Amino acid sequence: MTDSADLDYLDGNAAAGPLSEFFAVDVVSARGRCAHCGRTAALATARLYPSSHGLLLRCPGCTEILLRLVDSGDSVCLDLHGLSFVELHRDEGGSQPNPQPPA
Amino acid sequence: MGIVSPGFFGRRRSDDPALPPGQYRTEDFPVLSAGPTPRISPDEWEFTITTETGQVHRWSWTEFLALKQDDVSTDIHCVTSWSKLGTSWRGVSLDTLFESVESECEFTMAHSYGGYTTNVPLDDLLGGKAWIAHQFDGETLEPAHGGPARLLVPHLYFWKSAKWVRGLELLRQDEPGFWESNGYHMYGDPWREERYW
Amino acid sequence: MRTGWNVAEVIGVTQETTTARTLRLRLPGLTGHRAGQHVDIRLTAPDGYTAVRSYSVASARPGEEIDLTVEELTDGEVSPYLVHQVAAGDQLEVRGPVGGWFVWDPADPSPVQLIAGGSGVVPLMAMLRAHAVADPASAGGSAPFRLLYSVRGPAAVYYRAELDELARSPLVDVTLVYTREAPAGSPSPARRLDAATLTARALPAADNPAVFICGATAFVETVADWLVQAGHSPERIKTERYGGMGAKP
Repeated sequence: MTDSADLDYLDGNAAAGPLSEFFAVDVVSARGRCAHCGRTAALATARLYPSSHGLLLRCPGCTEILLRLVDSGDSVCLDLHGLSFVELHRDEGGSQPNPQPPA
Repeated sequence: MGIVSPGFFGRRRSDDPALPPGQYRTEDFPVLSAGPTPRISPDEWEFTITTETGQVHRWSWTEFLALKQDDVSTDIHCVTSWSKLGTSWRGVSLDTLFESVESECEFTMAHSYGGYTTNVPLDDLLGGKAWIAHQFDGETLEPAHGGPARLLVPHLYFWKSAKWVRGLELLRQDEPGFWESNGYHMYGDPWREERYW
Repeated sequence: MRTGWNVAEVIGVTQETTTARTLRLRLPGLTGHRAGQHVDIRLTAPDGYTAVRSYSVASARPGEEIDLTVEELTDGEVSPYLVHQVAAGDQLEVRGPVGGWFVWDPADPSPVQLIAGGSGVVPLMAMLRAHAVADPASAGGSAPFRLLYSVRGPAAVYYRAELDELARSPLVDVTLVYTREAPAGSPSPARRLDAATLTARALPAADNPAVFICGATAFVETVADWLVQAGHSPERIKTERYGGMGAKP
């Protein structure tokens, strides 16, 4: 299914900014389980397709979609149905709070 | 809206009457990649129309190419704001493909190799408004642009023109497709800027 | 309303090459960041049109200031503005620094191999700088660091003088690979990085180094494959492919 000629993706790490609008901690460092194939790895290592109509994270194992995010300006919609769980490690990067705007 | 960046205008948008609101003109053909590009050989390709009774109309690549072919010149408008004017396509009109199809449904879902879906009302596919295109600019349609064949519904935003299309499913009720279920508009008329819900 | 976007002030600009510029930004309330993180920048046109792109942080300082080095992309939408138009005193909307994965942890005693393709050197420079200011007696501060920097030619090198300075440390090794144009008087001609050069110059797999690769997607894929073939564990290799959020092909 994957094709080495398709090199138009980035790393899930690059989704840290948009996802910081939803999560109080850096969720790309968390491990997520692909609901399709069961592969479990840091979301930062998933394949990010940024030049599509929204932000898509795909499983590097089976290429199914883990996460979709559509930003329409007034609202931002996060679809997590491709992830069966997300696990944060408190003592690693996953517990790093995202930067907050000054009060 | 955030602070304005002085001197920043982004990709130039114009008052060109050929352009729907909020669109800019591009001469190249951007590829919007949402995943790995499916590589479908003509031998394994087929196109189906499935009615509400479960009846399946099926065309192999050879049968598809034997149908009446149309040459189409049209403007295309991507929801990500680029428009490309005067594009040339060759393909089979949906009117031709629906000639033998009996259905009372008003809605369709396009299905693609790779799992993509998008919903289009049946009226928008008929009456010389939509094609299954297999050539662009006189050349075989590249996989990156949806080859072997893509749906071409140029009067709607281009995400409705499903790449790698493999079939149409007739639906009694409108249902959201891949992007429509995440915030994109169910209809997607570029002249009314129907980008999102 | 809670939002991740903050207003930063541009407090200085430095030309790195003919096509790249470093912007120094002040983000009020920021208390440092981790080496390797990036920020998203949002530009807004007078009609409300916005464009967002990601840029790696090059600096490693505590406090409110960060440096971004931006390479102008041909036909880019945001980078030409940042490289040519923005001036000290201007304001930019910034989200972050964010990203907790592609970061160097100063508490990690592992040796570190950094591999940069072109402007991919930016987040790796932040790691080198963080290493340089770390306590030399600390776990990370005493770890060996190597940078392998693949670059078109001498004129395209970022941070040249500082890299030379950093390489004086016995813990730091910097190798430049010129792919199109070698410096005048160079004994070897320009050529692309290959597996043999990589194996010769990078820390061996036996040292189990933490590896960070940043560059264009094809570069990152190729280098990561070579390292795995040379015995490096895929779990030890972290990658950052660039292209920018929402970048148009």
